[in-house]
Amino acid sequence: MSDLTIRNLKKSFEDIHIIKGIDLDIKDHEFVVFVGPSGCGKSTLLRLIAGLEEVTSGSIQLDERDITDVAPAKRDLAMVFQSYALYPHMTVRKNMSFALDLAGIDKAEIQRKVEDAAKVLELGPLLERKPKALSGGQRQRVAIGRSIVRNPKIFLFDEPLSNLDAALRVLMRLELARLHKELNATMIYVTHDQVEAMTLADKVVVLNAGRVEQVGSPLELYHHPVNQFVAGFIGTPKMAFLKGTVKAVSNAGVTVALDCGPHYQLPHQSTSLKPGDDITFGIRPENIEVVAADQSPFKVRLDVTEHLGADTYCYIKLANGEMMTVRAPGDFMADYGQNAGLLPDLSQAHLFDASGKTIPRPRPPAQAA
Amino acid sequence: MLTLKQGRQLQTVLLGTLAWLVALTIFFPIFWMILTSFKTEIDAFATPPQLFFTPTLENYLHIDARSDYFHFAWNSVVVSFGSTLLGMLLAVPAAYSMAFFETKRTKSTLLWMLSTKMLPPVGVLVPIYLIFKDFGLLDTKFGLVLIYTLINLPIMVWMVYTYFKEIPKDILEAARLDGATALQEIYRVLLPISKGGLASTVLLSLILSWNEAFWSLNLTASSAAPLTALVASYSSPEGLFWAKLSAVSTLACAPILIFGWLSQKQLVRGLSFGAVK
Ligand SMILES: Nc1ncnc2c1ncn2[C@@H]1O[C@H](COP(=O)(O)OP(=O)(O)OP(=O)(O)O)[C@@H](O)[C@H]1O
Ligand SMILES: [Mg+2]
Repeated sequence: MSDLTIRNLKKSFEDIHIIKGIDLDIKDHEFVVFVGPSGCGKSTLLRLIAGLEEVTSGSIQLDERDITDVAPAKRDLAMVFQSYALYPHMTVRKNMSFALDLAGIDKAEIQRKVEDAAKVLELGPLLERKPKALSGGQRQRVAIGRSIVRNPKIFLFDEPLSNLDAALRVLMRLELARLHKELNATMIYVTHDQVEAMTLADKVVVLNAGRVEQVGSPLELYHHPVNQFVAGFIGTPKMAFLKGTVKAVSNAGVTVALDCGPHYQLPHQSTSLKPGDDITFGIRPENIEVVAADQSPFKVRLDVTEHLGADTYCYIKLANGEMMTVRAPGDFMADYGQNAGLLPDLSQAHLFDASGKTIPRPRPPAQAA
Repeated sequence: MLTLKQGRQLQTVLLGTLAWLVALTIFFPIFWMILTSFKTEIDAFATPPQLFFTPTLENYLHIDARSDYFHFAWNSVVVSFGSTLLGMLLAVPAAYSMAFFETKRTKSTLLWMLSTKMLPPVGVLVPIYLIFKDFGLLDTKFGLVLIYTLINLPIMVWMVYTYFKEIPKDILEAARLDGATALQEIYRVLLPISKGGLASTVLLSLILSWNEAFWSLNLTASSAAPLTALVASYSSPEGLFWAKLSAVSTLACAPILIFGWLSQKQLVRGLSFGAVK
């Protein structure tokens, strides 16, 4: 069992509040990812869980045990650092056995555990080397191996892949996902790469400025962000945000007039909106189609197009100067500066009120979380 | 016009020459001292100074007859190693806390410690003499160990701090999560990683203690007197005997010179305060 319960957790450095009251429940076997922009407090939160920083107020509970003030060594957690933090004066084998050694475990037992972990991570031939003589990816694997041998209650990762090149990062990402399944372990993973968050997580925690913005499955966050921050943070290219005004609110939905021209009737339900309110219309790049200029009331001018092979990213300039991105099929061809029309899929559109909160849209049965 | 390559060669030659000049200037007195120690008192006084002469061992034989060199040498060894050991036992934990648990006051504490080195020692001679007298520390090796530890501690803490600062905090945190206590963290991770820097610090402390003269002259008489006191004893009572003084100085410097020569590499690292990585 390893359920982690965090209640009203706060942390300040001197007088600066970094973590501003976080409540979070992490269940056994879950792969939880903390994402958020740089400086939002992801690492700090992870270090609080690890016990490397002192809590200012609030509590952390592991299973039934309050670990808020327990020393890191006694928490039964393992952490993989962004810098790997291998012991430079020890061989790979010693690096991996250090914790077991300190715990006074029998030599033969240590040997067996290290060899097992080395097999899983394909570190066998490297066991007698020093970290200096390893590549980045190998060091990363040793760092992971070092935590595996301990069989901790929870694995903590702080941006473990950010020092690797793009190809290796994809490889290690798969390896981590596989490891999670094989070890059936609870993992908390910090990243600012939302692709890692989407691909690895059972549960994503979006942090911003020391607060939790939203907790949910990757697809839940993708399709039903609770606010404009989450909507903009999850997904690449970013969701387009178009400013507009509410024209009418009824049982059938909301009618909005976008500053860039078109009027749309949307199925969103709101009791708080009134005609005249400012509103933001959000649409993901894949939910818009680029058509000929005379086929849509939404008239635009195409900017640069990027051909990625499978997809084409069209950068688009709107009548009022706003920019947005559309994901078109790979064979989409267009000229720079060409006039065109846009057809958004209104069933996939998002609405945010002036404070950035989402106006909920009806959930189709298949998507309900 | 010089080509880029020629320019670089010229620069190398000039720098090399300058380095040699400086080195020779620094080495010359030592060279002259060793040379003089093999002269007769007459040759030592000769004007113009003689570079070529018939070497003699009479000065060394004289010293051997007059004083117990090994008594003083042993005192020097005990006091240097003792104060270095004690100093390291204090400097390592101090530097550990300052490097890895920095607070607002850490920087000013370090500066303050170093500033004590700017105080002229003679300014505290009387109070320290009186304290030593009251505690029965005068002319004891333990007393010298204490005073050397105190005068070298700021520089030792500063050096060790500089080395510790180079070590990523993550590594110690990893050890902490691996279940290491603070002591295990220091002994099994921190010290092995920084052993190069620690060795330099030890060396510097040994050399500074070995060469220290002010306090040893003022706080010892005979039983705890180190080599520096032996040298001084040859300079005053019977007028100036340059050759004998040179011989005893050579004997006093020899152990530490040889020691320094053997550990050159560490020393360079130590004195450049970790700038050479
Ligand atoms: N020891 C510290 N003392 C003072 N401020 C700190 C300390 N550690 C972190 N901070 C501050 O806390 C804030 C959050 O830092 P944190 O490292 O948690 O961010 P992060 O979300 O991990 O960012 P990144 O994605 O860049 O790693 C930052 O503004 C940082 O300056
Ligand atoms: Mg971070």
